[in-house]
Amino acid sequence: MIDIDKLLAGDRRMAARAISMIEDEDEDRQKLLSELFPHTGNVLTIGITGSPGAGKSSLTDALTRQARQQDLKVGIIAVDPTSPISGGALLGDRIRMQEHALDRGVFIRSMGTRGCLGGLARATKDAVKVLDAFGCNIIFIETVGVGQSELDIMHYADTTLVVLTPGAGDHVQTIKAGIMEIANIFVINKADLGNTGKMITDIEQMLDMSSHHNGWRPPIIKTVTTEEKGLPELWNMILTHKEYNETSGAQKENERKRVQQEVQELLEEKIQNQLKLKLSSNGNMWKLVESIVERNMDPYAAANKLLKEFLSI
Amino acid sequence: MSSDKLKEIKQGKENWLEKRSQMKDRDFKFETVSGLPVNDIYTPEDIKDLDYMKDLGFPGQYPYTRGVQSNMYRGRLWTMRQFAGFGTARESNERFKFLLNRGQTGLSVAFDMPTIMGYDSDHPRSLGEVGRVGVAIDSLADMETLFDGIPLEQVSTSMTTNAPASILWCMYIATGEKQGVASEKLRGTIQNDILKEYIAQKSWIFPPKPSMRLITDIFKYAKQYVPKWNSVSISGYHIREAGSTAVQELAFTLADGFAYVEAGMEVGLDVDDFAPRLSFFFNSHNDFFEEIAKYRAARRIWARRMKEKYGAKDPKSLLCRFHTQTAGCSLTAQQPENNIVRTAFQALAAVLGGTQSLHTNSMDEVLALPTEKSVQIALRTQQLIAYETGAANVMDPLAGSYYIESLTDKMEAEAEKYFEEIERRGGVLASIDQNYFQQEIADAAYRFQKDVDKKEKIVVGVNEFVDEDEELDIELLKIDPELEQAQVDHLKELRSKRDNNRVNDTLDALKKAASGPDNLIPYILDCVRAYTTQGEIIDTMREVFGEYKEKPTF
Amino acid sequence: MARKIRVLVAKPGLDGHDRGARVIARGLRDAGMEVVYTGLHQTPEQVVEAAIQEDVDVVGLSILSGAHMTLFPKICELLRENDSEDIKVIGGGTMPEEDVKELVEKGWAAQIFTPGATLEQIAKWIYDNV
Repeated sequence: MIDIDKLLAGDRRMAARAISMIEDEDEDRQKLLSELFPHTGNVLTIGITGSPGAGKSSLTDALTRQARQQDLKVGIIAVDPTSPISGGALLGDRIRMQEHALDRGVFIRSMGTRGCLGGLARATKDAVKVLDAFGCNIIFIETVGVGQSELDIMHYADTTLVVLTPGAGDHVQTIKAGIMEIANIFVINKADLGNTGKMITDIEQMLDMSSHHNGWRPPIIKTVTTEEKGLPELWNMILTHKEYNETSGAQKENERKRVQQEVQELLEEKIQNQLKLKLSSNGNMWKLVESIVERNMDPYAAANKLLKEFLSI
Repeated sequence: MSSDKLKEIKQGKENWLEKRSQMKDRDFKFETVSGLPVNDIYTPEDIKDLDYMKDLGFPGQYPYTRGVQSNMYRGRLWTMRQFAGFGTARESNERFKFLLNRGQTGLSVAFDMPTIMGYDSDHPRSLGEVGRVGVAIDSLADMETLFDGIPLEQVSTSMTTNAPASILWCMYIATGEKQGVASEKLRGTIQNDILKEYIAQKSWIFPPKPSMRLITDIFKYAKQYVPKWNSVSISGYHIREAGSTAVQELAFTLADGFAYVEAGMEVGLDVDDFAPRLSFFFNSHNDFFEEIAKYRAARRIWARRMKEKYGAKDPKSLLCRFHTQTAGCSLTAQQPENNIVRTAFQALAAVLGGTQSLHTNSMDEVLALPTEKSVQIALRTQQLIAYETGAANVMDPLAGSYYIESLTDKMEAEAEKYFEEIERRGGVLASIDQNYFQQEIADAAYRFQKDVDKKEKIVVGVNEFVDEDEELDIELLKIDPELEQAQVDHLKELRSKRDNNRVNDTLDALKKAASGPDNLIPYILDCVRAYTTQGEIIDTMREVFGEYKEKPTF
Repeated sequence: MARKIRVLVAKPGLDGHDRGARVIARGLRDAGMEVVYTGLHQTPEQVVEAAIQEDVDVVGLSILSGAHMTLFPKICELLRENDSEDIKVIGGGTMPEEDVKELVEKGWAAQIFTPGATLEQIAKWIYDNV
């Protein structure tokens, strides 16, 4: 079981177990999160996404170094895809973060996407709460920018970095629109590998065409993580965006949106669970299915009938 | 062959197939150990395009398919070179003398992991690893002990060192100085192949750019002062051990070779200034014919590319000279005596493939470092092949075999496909950065393991013909745990006795030079002469060069 | 959702022979587990810290450097110091039989898989023992 006091005091084992409870969708997780909630709300979350091979882990590693120089306690959530066939996953992001492996001010957790729709975003967001309560000042969430559920995670970040590389065939036009739109800051990593000029022009053009900046036009920062280039600039830009969020009111606005969505999702989940329970217990569903198959009833009427029954509990 | 004759053969094959197809085959996957599918028979039809003079020629003649020397083993047998080293320099020196006394003709030094990774024996990361898989060398003092009583002008020495190759090579040169042997007379090889470290063996220290600079610095220095030294041994051995197929071993190794050639040319060397000193190191695995074809294809590809693409003029630049080691990954812990037989077949393949030198694994190497007894059997295996089997009498004796020639062509063609893909990705360094080689090898290794698990590939004694109540009854070499402490004590004593001002001066000079364009070898040599330790030299360079970081590949 | 088994595959020691570690990692992934791979050259401290943060059920060590008699006890000791002795330590690599016996007898390893063990056997052991 989780000893909340220990977790709040910074016990690594407790934090790690709490995240497992969330990932495993343990029955008691909501009770746990409920208890942790008063101790959250003090963390800056940075989303880092981009195509495979863009150097996201190295960038996370390098930004962690920047954060540690400010003596901030860092949490890292690194998400890798779960195999749809076996349900297993290979989580290898730690490899690039060896420098911080023994730093007690850094907590690294690898997560598989586990393939459930929306579940990933929720698990990640809840893991953020655990690390927030655990005492982290800044949390980096790193995911491959493919698939909707991974993009959804980024909506929970205060600042989202989209990482691109000039060499490896990243062309702005071919990158999924969704991923470009969530960027608060564009990072051109491995900037030593190829011509960055074209890439910058393409991004600028794309930004010119979109009008929804709300006063923040995403800047483009060039980095070479292997040579430590551009990292102080990137770090400062993250802080600038943070300040913008706070002064412009975007922070509160985002927070409201997120909370609203969270409550709505929780509600939907609860209703869904109740519904499933009810349907599986009284057998009415099966009777209706039979009549639909026999063409004595249509699916729409059946659904309306079941809803009425459900609401009249 | 006339087209009439070919037609006749074609007809004959059809007739034969008619009968043959009625016979039921065993339930077995008929493919090479690397998974190349093979036909049930090969005929002149399969090599109808073979142009004898253009594709084979004669030994010692372009394109060298049949061997690099014109008299091959009639002139001199291959060098029987057993890789050895364990404990401290003193124990290894005794093992070297044991091997030389039993007819071994060249030395091959195995270093321990701390030495390979550039850590001194007293570094916390070295704990438990000093002298375990090779000899611990911290400074020139250890190198002097290692070759005590072995005149360096009389032996050729191969040293398996990569990331810190420049330092150990300088220690060898300095040991020569102490013995009164001029560097011009030293013969041997340093492995010095950093590319395959990123690709397969993973014993890297610095990032690729400074690592390649150290290698080209060695090329330049060797050309001027150590002309008989093989400055790099481009190694497929480890690529294969990491799980690659034979074709991948062939293609990736030669691609690395071309990358070194290009690097040398980029720093202004003429290709013929250094290419004659490039040598290769291949694996010899279980599939007898596939291995022989691989060696023949390697020679032909190298010669053709060196001549046609890189414009080499010196015939020596065209030679793919290579050392072979039998496949460590093919040995089994179960029924270890069977490994003697495996090794014998593999060694025979290497000889029939025209190797210049050979290491035969000892049967117990999958369990521990070899005992004297098992090393002796391994060496005797080579002597049996050389003197009893008749395999060394005739040059390239399998040439003309429909199967061998067809397989040689096939391997060349498959390797060319890999070269194209590597080119498309922007070269070897770019492909390493994209994890291309690493992923290809990981996939092959996983496929192989699955095949073994499913018994689609049989490993005798492991997944078939298993001896359930096997009790190991061979003796194993135990490394005395005290040796680690002894080595650490040596080192402590050295640090207190040497002139530490001189040590610091040489390190300062090296650090300055590392940030500039100078050849670093003379600076490293000065450090070494002052008994600066390997770890101190590496740490100094690391400050300037940084460290390579692993890429996740599964 | 059912609890997922999490395994840390670690490669302690200075050698770079990670063929076995990576094949095992992939095999366990294909057996439905979440496998965290640490990469090469891990110190015992790094292995234990990763095991704790990742909340794994099992730590699998691949050791071919001959340092197994130093590394297994050290890792067990560190797990104990961190109240994490419930995490099972298993391993494989080049080790003489008498060392294997000693490691298991003294409780420094829950199980050692010698060369020749199939991926299936290793996965089964984990499913049976977690």
